[in-house]
Amino acid sequence: MIEINYYLLVSALLFCTGVIGVLVRRNAIIIFMCIELMLNAINLTFVAFSSYLGNINGQIFVFIVMTVAAAEAAVGLAIVIALFRNKESVNIDEINILKW
Amino acid sequence: MSNLFYLVTLLPLAGFLINGLFGKKLKNEKLVGAISTLAVFIPFIIGVSTFFELLSMEPESRKIILNYYNWISAGNFTVNYSYLVDPLSISVVLIVTGVGSLIHFYSIGYMHGDPGFAKFFAYLNLFIFAMLNLVLADNLLLVFLGWEGVGLCSYLLIGFWYEKTFTGDAAKKAFIINRIGDFGFMLAMFFIFTNFSTLEISKFLDGIAGLQVGDTLLLTIALLLFLGATGKSAQIPLFVWLPDAMAGPTPVSALIHAATMVTAGVYLIARTSLLYAMSPIAQSIIFYIGVLTAIMAATIALKQNDIKKILAYSTVSQLGFMFIALGTGAYWVAIFHLITHAFFKALLFLGSGSVIHGMHEEQDILKMGGLKNKMKITFVTFFIGSLAIAGIPPLSGFFSKDIIIFETFITFGIPFLIIGLLTAGITAFYMFRLVTLTFFGKPRYDEKHLHPHESPATMTIPLIILAVLSAIGGFIGIPEVFGVPTYLKEWLYPVFAKSVAVLNSLHVVTEPSHTAEFILIALSVFVAVAGILFAFKTYIKKVSFEPSSGFGKVLENKYYVDEAYDKVVVDPIQKTSEGFLWKIFDMKIIDGAVNGIARYISNISFDWRKLQTGVIQDYTSVSVAGVILIILYLLFV
Repeated sequence: MIEINYYLLVSALLFCTGVIGVLVRRNAIIIFMCIELMLNAINLTFVAFSSYLGNINGQIFVFIVMTVAAAEAAVGLAIVIALFRNKESVNIDEINILKW
Repeated sequence: MSNLFYLVTLLPLAGFLINGLFGKKLKNEKLVGAISTLAVFIPFIIGVSTFFELLSMEPESRKIILNYYNWISAGNFTVNYSYLVDPLSISVVLIVTGVGSLIHFYSIGYMHGDPGFAKFFAYLNLFIFAMLNLVLADNLLLVFLGWEGVGLCSYLLIGFWYEKTFTGDAAKKAFIINRIGDFGFMLAMFFIFTNFSTLEISKFLDGIAGLQVGDTLLLTIALLLFLGATGKSAQIPLFVWLPDAMAGPTPVSALIHAATMVTAGVYLIARTSLLYAMSPIAQSIIFYIGVLTAIMAATIALKQNDIKKILAYSTVSQLGFMFIALGTGAYWVAIFHLITHAFFKALLFLGSGSVIHGMHEEQDILKMGGLKNKMKITFVTFFIGSLAIAGIPPLSGFFSKDIIIFETFITFGIPFLIIGLLTAGITAFYMFRLVTLTFFGKPRYDEKHLHPHESPATMTIPLIILAVLSAIGGFIGIPEVFGVPTYLKEWLYPVFAKSVAVLNSLHVVTEPSHTAEFILIALSVFVAVAGILFAFKTYIKKVSFEPSSGFGKVLENKYYVDEAYDKVVVDPIQKTSEGFLWKIFDMKIIDGAVNGIARYISNISFDWRKLQTGVIQDYTSVSVAGVILIILYLLFV
């Protein structure tokens, strides 16, 4: 058996990559992809624990997370399209009117 | 009738409310006047009946306490709305309601046609309510309620014709100077409560009895109460408001500034006489201030030309006599003079009102003359009142003034006897200067355009009644030398018994011989007659009047007291208020602090709002940083 540490380490690395991506990338769609990456890293963590603890709850929760991720992606992309229609750009550096 | 006694104060209050709220709508002067006068006259009837009830009781137990309402009950501070009906209070109640109803009746004629007719009567009734509370109260807080109430009504009534600026100024002056006295009264109440745990007068006086004569606490309380009395009763140093108060309608001057409100100070000290008997220093101070005020005001009256101002200074002077009486320990004499003074001073003021009305609002006696044939009833009654105040026997003023001079002689000796006689002589002189210049001689006004006429019956009937009272009122206090019991002294004896006992224990009372007393009586009469004749001779022929010079000028300008107060008290306060308190403290410090705080917060927010960049990734970075910190905290702490 592969020890659970390795699964968790991979999952953590994936998650951090996702976070950094959200913070650094300029394109809104790339940011969405990074968010999906974070969600999937969490899925991996859940499944790893489910297998390690012999508890099916982790895998069930992965289903829920996937559903939520799908719905959220749909809504988020709709917002990006609405934004694009107004601004002709998906560069979030340019979406900064709500400020002082 | 004492079970109906609550009506004595309730009816004037009701009169105030009815006339104040609905008086103008009634549109009927006679109805408004009738409501007001009855609201004072019925209490007079109740007072008379209660007087007889008291008379039927044993002298030692002539005391009815009527507790109406538990007003304040906070821990050990309890104050009840209760009245003490005893010989002293019922006597003053009779004066207030009796003379008061006559003046109300007089005002129906005097204020005829005035647009504020109903308001005037409402204020008069409110005044009677407050004054009766002051007199009847059995505890100092209720006295203070009445005290402030009469001060308020005095302000409202002096400033009645508020369209003229000087009446408003006079009203404010009266109220502010009264407040200075009230400050003394309040401090006295604080001292009394702290040391005796009660504000009830009888309990307080019982508590004093256990202390030493001359105790400093008693001295302090006595002096503070006296300060209050000087404000209300226009003595030095707080007398300057009374002459200015003549700006109000004449019935107001008669009622408030002659017969009733100004006597409140005298009444207060008479009520707490035991306190003064046990503080000889305070009592002497009362005497000296009374003497000084009496002679000072009398000399000022010599040179005044406004008929009401002469009477105003006369009032200040006669109040001085009452305080002289209190200062010599003859408390009942002060009340005696209070009663006789109410009669003749109200008469003189109402008479002067009649003259002013008849002369179409002229008040300068230099512009009058020869009115005795044109206003016969006014002349005769005014003449009787002047004889009374001058002290001609057998009118009332003679008896009360004579006893005061007598008591001054036996307690303070010949020097003050001379001052007393001198003041009495000056009193006779200035009064008959007034009478001569107004009623005798040739008319000094334009006879073609001004036709003085007698006043209507509503004004002359009170004059006649008061003239009769001024003439016979003295018989309640005839000195023993004449072999008749001194009714008033016996009537008031239980109230002052303890105080007189204390005074007797302090120094031996030498009863002077009957010859000495007759000599004094002769001297008083001589001085009065001399004053009258001298005044008549000097002024009967006068047609022209030169401007005053030298000491006369000082008298005419009232010893420049108002100017002195202005320079020493009013101007510094005004300069400090304007220059320092307003411009510096309020505008720079307080406004600066408040605006400064606002500006400081504004500056902080100006910098901090730069946090909101609008770029989402900035916000997200902060969230992530926070999460990392929490994870680190949970891992390592």
